[in-house]
Amino acid sequence: MATQQTQVLGRTLLTPAVALLFIWMIVPLAMTIYFSTLHYNLLDPETEGFVGLENYRYFLTDPAFLTSLRNTLVLVGSVLAITILLGTPLALLLDQPVVGRSIVRLMVIAPFFVMPTVSALVWKNLLMHPVSGLFAWISSLLGVTSIDWFADAPLLAVILIVSWQWLPFATLILLTALQSQDEEQKEAAEMDGAGPFPTFLYLTLPHLARPITVVILIETIFLLTVFAEIYVTTGGGPGLQTTNIAFLIYSQALIQFDVGNASAGGLVAVVIANIVAFFLVRIIGRNLEA
Amino acid sequence: MARKVSSRRVLVSTGAAWFFGFLIFLPILWTFLTSFKTELEAFAIPPTFLFFHWTTENYATVQGRSDYLHHALNSIMIAGGSTLIAMLIAVPAAWSMAFAPTKRTKDILLWMLSTKMMPPVGVLVPIYLVYRDFGLLDTRAGLIVILCLGNLPIVIWMLFTYFKEIPKDILEAARMDGATIGRELVYVLTPMAIPGLASTLLLNLILAWNEAFWTLNLSTSDAAPLTVFIASYSSPEGLFWAKLSAASTLAIAPIVVLGWFSQRQLVRGLTFGAVK
Repeated sequence: MATQQTQVLGRTLLTPAVALLFIWMIVPLAMTIYFSTLHYNLLDPETEGFVGLENYRYFLTDPAFLTSLRNTLVLVGSVLAITILLGTPLALLLDQPVVGRSIVRLMVIAPFFVMPTVSALVWKNLLMHPVSGLFAWISSLLGVTSIDWFADAPLLAVILIVSWQWLPFATLILLTALQSQDEEQKEAAEMDGAGPFPTFLYLTLPHLARPITVVILIETIFLLTVFAEIYVTTGGGPGLQTTNIAFLIYSQALIQFDVGNASAGGLVAVVIANIVAFFLVRIIGRNLEA
Repeated sequence: MARKVSSRRVLVSTGAAWFFGFLIFLPILWTFLTSFKTELEAFAIPPTFLFFHWTTENYATVQGRSDYLHHALNSIMIAGGSTLIAMLIAVPAAWSMAFAPTKRTKDILLWMLSTKMMPPVGVLVPIYLVYRDFGLLDTRAGLIVILCLGNLPIVIWMLFTYFKEIPKDILEAARMDGATIGRELVYVLTPMAIPGLASTLLLNLILAWNEAFWTLNLSTSDAAPLTVFIASYSSPEGLFWAKLSAASTLAIAPIVVLGWFSQRQLVRGLTFGAVK
């Protein structure tokens, strides 16, 4: 039972954190909303004025918005599919008796700690260069014509880089979940004559359902705002082929200096992220009660 | 009872695990090897794997031509500073929510979490303009503040889940023996909280070191950390692969090593305790 004294102390200790996060969340967001109703371009400050919802109309009907929304969805969807579909078998494999498992684990997890600008540039040059890249050399060994990744399939190239960064995350979380699975349950199933596949389907997969959901939601939140990888490899191009929503807003804000329009776009991004966050917060909140 | 495992199965799973592990690690290994090649060898086809002329000249060039140490120092100060300040704010808050919870604690925790889910690009414009008007663009202080606020929810959450696990009975026993809050804090709580504090510190150091949205948008040269320094290789002149590899190896080596020590905490910190 907490005493009166600890209650007061508790509130005092909590206040700075709450106040700071409140300011950090509310003030910039309010400013974004305010700017989004203005015609405001830093290159042309004379014509500043209230335009109501004009920026939203402009942003949402701009063909670039639809293209970048499509790119964002393709990027998020593909990376999710790749990391879950490869991460699950990889986690199952690492859960087997493996000699030197801790070393393999280190190798698998390492890409997650590489800063985004490094992984993007290393992949773009050392691996994906159409003539001298490692991939080009491997495909020449196999007798396949190498493709010029960033000219022929730029979005796919970005997807591969981002997937490489997030595969360790999915694998590690699924592996952690697997290791908390009840061994006795699996033994009982085996003794009852269940083969490895039914055991996986009826015991392991349901056990993994929640961690997979968590991986999907958390990755989605980060993947919606992929930025550095695009910034250093393609700059959103060629054309708009690799522009996602985050990059589109960046280019409107800091390349075209269109504050009003970028702010409207920023709010659209906030709304999209909030839809995902809503589900994630509910899952985590349920966990908090247990 | 341990299950009997056939040696054939161990052999197969070991082989497969090492193969895929190696494949995933290959880009990092390749970067490391390339950093010791000459620029011509780095670009050569077919590539050389181990039998090339090993040289450390790229490392010297990276430092000499672009002042690597300046950016490394920025990274250390920005990641370290923002993490330390975040800890100073978060420890009291997490302590209070774990040991003196109220009816609203759960709501506050979830609200803090939701601030982390706001896409940074949604507030890029106001932050950029405020930073411009206050002269904070391209300053270490500016980056420390923004990274600290950005990571604060994760720090609080991680600490909260660790503090939650400290058994309350021990505190009550100490109180029965007449310990004041101060003594309780120093002699009972601190020793039990140190592992949690250490892993929170570690994970947030890693996140701040690798942060590449705010650093790319708010700094250019004076305060630029390694993320921005490496990004400058995206518009290169001439052959640069070996130099890029050397710079990359230096930028990621310390943090990959730190990261290896914090694998378990990573799961916990990044899933907000939803997977342990």
